[in-house]
Amino acid sequence: MGRVKTIARRSFLVGSVAVAGGVVFGTYLYKRAGENPLLDGLKPGETAITPYVKVDAQGVTLITPRADVGQGAWSMQAHMIAEELDINPRNAKLSPGPADAIYYNGVVGAEALPIAATSDTLLARGGRGAVDVVGKLMGLHITGGSSTVPDMYDRLRMAGAVARETLIKAAMKQTGLPRDQLGTEDGCIVLPDGLKIEYIDLASIAAEIEPVQDVILRDPSEWRYLTKPQKRTDVVAKSTGTQIYGIDMQMDGMVIATTRTNPAIGGGLNSFDAEAAQQMRGVYAVLPITGGIAVVADNTWRAFQAAQAVDCDWGPSPYIGNSADQFAAVAASFTDDHRDSRFKDEGDVEDALQDASVVEAEYRIPYLAHAPMEPMSVVVKLTDGRLDIWTGTQIPRFVKANMARLTGLDGDDIHVHVLMSGGSFGRRLEDDYIAQAVEIAMQLPDTPIKMIWQREEDFTHDFPRPLAIARGRGAVADAGIAAFDLSIAAPSVAESSLARLNQPAFGPDVAIVAGAWDQPFQIPNYRVTGYRTPAMVPISSWRSVGASGNGFMHESFMDEMCHAAGVDPLQERLRLCWHDASRKVLEAVGEMSEWGSDLGPNRGRGLAFTLAFGVPVAEVVEITNSPDGIRIDKVFVAADVGRVLDPVNFEAQLQGGVIFGLGHAMNCELTYRDGLAEQDNYHMYEGMRLHQAPQIMVRGLENGDKIRGIGEPAVPPAAPALANAIFAATGQRIRELPLSKSIGFV
Amino acid sequence: MKLTVNGVIHDVDVEKDMPMLWVLRDILGITGPKYGCGIAQCGACTVHMDGIAVRACQLAAGDVAGEITTIEGLGTPAVRHAVQEAWIDLQVAQCGYCQSGQIMQAASFLELNPTPTDDQIDAAMSGNLCRCGTYPRIREAVKTAALKLKAV
Repeated sequence: MGRVKTIARRSFLVGSVAVAGGVVFGTYLYKRAGENPLLDGLKPGETAITPYVKVDAQGVTLITPRADVGQGAWSMQAHMIAEELDINPRNAKLSPGPADAIYYNGVVGAEALPIAATSDTLLARGGRGAVDVVGKLMGLHITGGSSTVPDMYDRLRMAGAVARETLIKAAMKQTGLPRDQLGTEDGCIVLPDGLKIEYIDLASIAAEIEPVQDVILRDPSEWRYLTKPQKRTDVVAKSTGTQIYGIDMQMDGMVIATTRTNPAIGGGLNSFDAEAAQQMRGVYAVLPITGGIAVVADNTWRAFQAAQAVDCDWGPSPYIGNSADQFAAVAASFTDDHRDSRFKDEGDVEDALQDASVVEAEYRIPYLAHAPMEPMSVVVKLTDGRLDIWTGTQIPRFVKANMARLTGLDGDDIHVHVLMSGGSFGRRLEDDYIAQAVEIAMQLPDTPIKMIWQREEDFTHDFPRPLAIARGRGAVADAGIAAFDLSIAAPSVAESSLARLNQPAFGPDVAIVAGAWDQPFQIPNYRVTGYRTPAMVPISSWRSVGASGNGFMHESFMDEMCHAAGVDPLQERLRLCWHDASRKVLEAVGEMSEWGSDLGPNRGRGLAFTLAFGVPVAEVVEITNSPDGIRIDKVFVAADVGRVLDPVNFEAQLQGGVIFGLGHAMNCELTYRDGLAEQDNYHMYEGMRLHQAPQIMVRGLENGDKIRGIGEPAVPPAAPALANAIFAATGQRIRELPLSKSIGFV
Repeated sequence: MKLTVNGVIHDVDVEKDMPMLWVLRDILGITGPKYGCGIAQCGACTVHMDGIAVRACQLAAGDVAGEITTIEGLGTPAVRHAVQEAWIDLQVAQCGYCQSGQIMQAASFLELNPTPTDDQIDAAMSGNLCRCGTYPRIREAVKTAALKLKAV
């Protein structure tokens, strides 16, 4: 860890600000001079202090600014601070903090750059440095892209170390003892005679002194929490029904609202008749909002009933409204004028395919809904020029900016209180539901309003993962795969979602080809081309974004090419893979699954590998072709995040990612008719249920050069590993998701 | 009408067809049972009526014919039910939103079948949807809870 120490000394400024009766500690990564010219114009005012640790007489509060959508981010951030601060995170208070530029994300933007995570060239490093700067300049307070751990790993440990050393300095002042006679343990300073001073009793002295600036991060061998099995800070609340989500907020005088907007996306409302609804028990008002109506009532069920009773005359959707036509639009975009990117172009694919017997295949993936278990919900209150918003969101600062535009209020008068989210999978990167609640509040000021969507509203007003088509062409030689050419066409998530955040989307959309162009294989002739389908229904990021579907298409074609070449899919990937950490996950999953051993009749196994968000993940799916359909027996997963900070949550995220990937691959699609999403509740969009869940064996490797996040990377290889297993067991090659359109499952 | 919830008798003035889920959440302020689908497809609202798991979104207030227990009545952070203990030991929850319903389903199931087979666990728990994919740990937690209950 020598490198971290050096960086810490060189580039962290440290400070503290006194708060009422206490002290806030922070660290601030201010610049890496000379690495990027964009840094030159930084103003002195931008070196503000980043607060992560607050100590007052009531206790120690750890600020965890990345949103918890179920991936355990709050608990992990608390453990990173606590590791250096020497406090049991379960004895501290946790707060997500306010929406603030200081909590910018310096990593997530790298996903938008055409720089492979495995690349360590000067250009690649410069690009990532620019992402950090841009993230800071834009104040990108955002959670996503499996970036919480890589972005916060140094920052939060530094914050903890600074707070600890400053509290020790305060204790030196109080006791007159030198530094080397003072230790720390579980929220206390320990004196030589064993007596302890609690941190909270030093808050006022600490507020008076200059914080210690020169701190050294502990060597991992001294760690007490990190890399050890952790107990999530929210596990008791979530096992006793006491965790408060946005939907659970209660306030004096609060009313309940629900909205109905045109189920034909973007169609708008021509007129409505609310007479019947207004007569219903408990209904306070039926209000117009953009594209629809809102019912305000004293009770959620009464609001739901009344919303259904409003007679709405909807306009037609402006978008291509039928699934067949949507796929036709994608199919029509494999043309030069729609070409978006060709980040991978090695050898001469055209030449290699000219005289060869060409293997061709076409793959299709559908739109997919996020459908987190907690439907979109938010509490808002607009009083005397102040707007308060309580909700689970991944984009608190964008919420602030967008609601400032909507209300005309100054951003400083808008307060976003981030709550625990009942799932997201990317849905809470959007703030459409918040804007609806604020529209209601503008018509009903001075009243706390809890807005809850019906599940049907949630499904029909999602911003789904886009559909896509990929066309593969390849050729084989004696040694194995000689040419691999994959063309992918899809609408652009960046173009759609950044527009809603009032941000520009420049250049090609990396997400169209993510998880395909950037794979660590050296094939003599290897090309990946992205084609951008003109925008259709609005779309957004969905757990693992572009790689979520490209993993299926790249790895299905890889499997087909291996079979065409007559080579073993694992051995061929190992032969082609130049990236050491990736080779090792492939070897690991081969060993775990006893790859190559005989499974017996009617059984098969399939392999897939995707490197996404910098994390190489290999999965082997084992299935039985039973009389009742395909049964998934076991899944073996190996992944490399550089360093596993919590083996318990690491396993949970890999298992959850596999189930998310498999469940959608088997059972889910969002189809449209006349602009309406046809699946409006879970009976038509089940994902996976428990009886279909396989045993999932997990192994974490630590050969990667950087620490990475694990919320998303397990998703992409799951679908192709299953499809490849189905081919192995049945001989049936399925090239379209969901698989249930082609084959039955138990 | 009079309803007994977690051992307390409440007199509520609601429509007979109002689902118990909303009586609990909005009238009585008991938010452990969650709204997920409203059509008995996800199980996030699961509560007990006289110890039997029911979907509160489909149980009309007028049809309540027994004592209702929610997760708050099963156990508390300080005094936990064996099933909650197992859920904590195994660290089942991710987003946690479905887990009140999962735990209530499991508690009722184990009451009826203290020594379940794997297939019986799969059948009993498959009506409760989890979008985070916590199923492997739910299976283990049900087995752990069965052992804990036997030891009591």
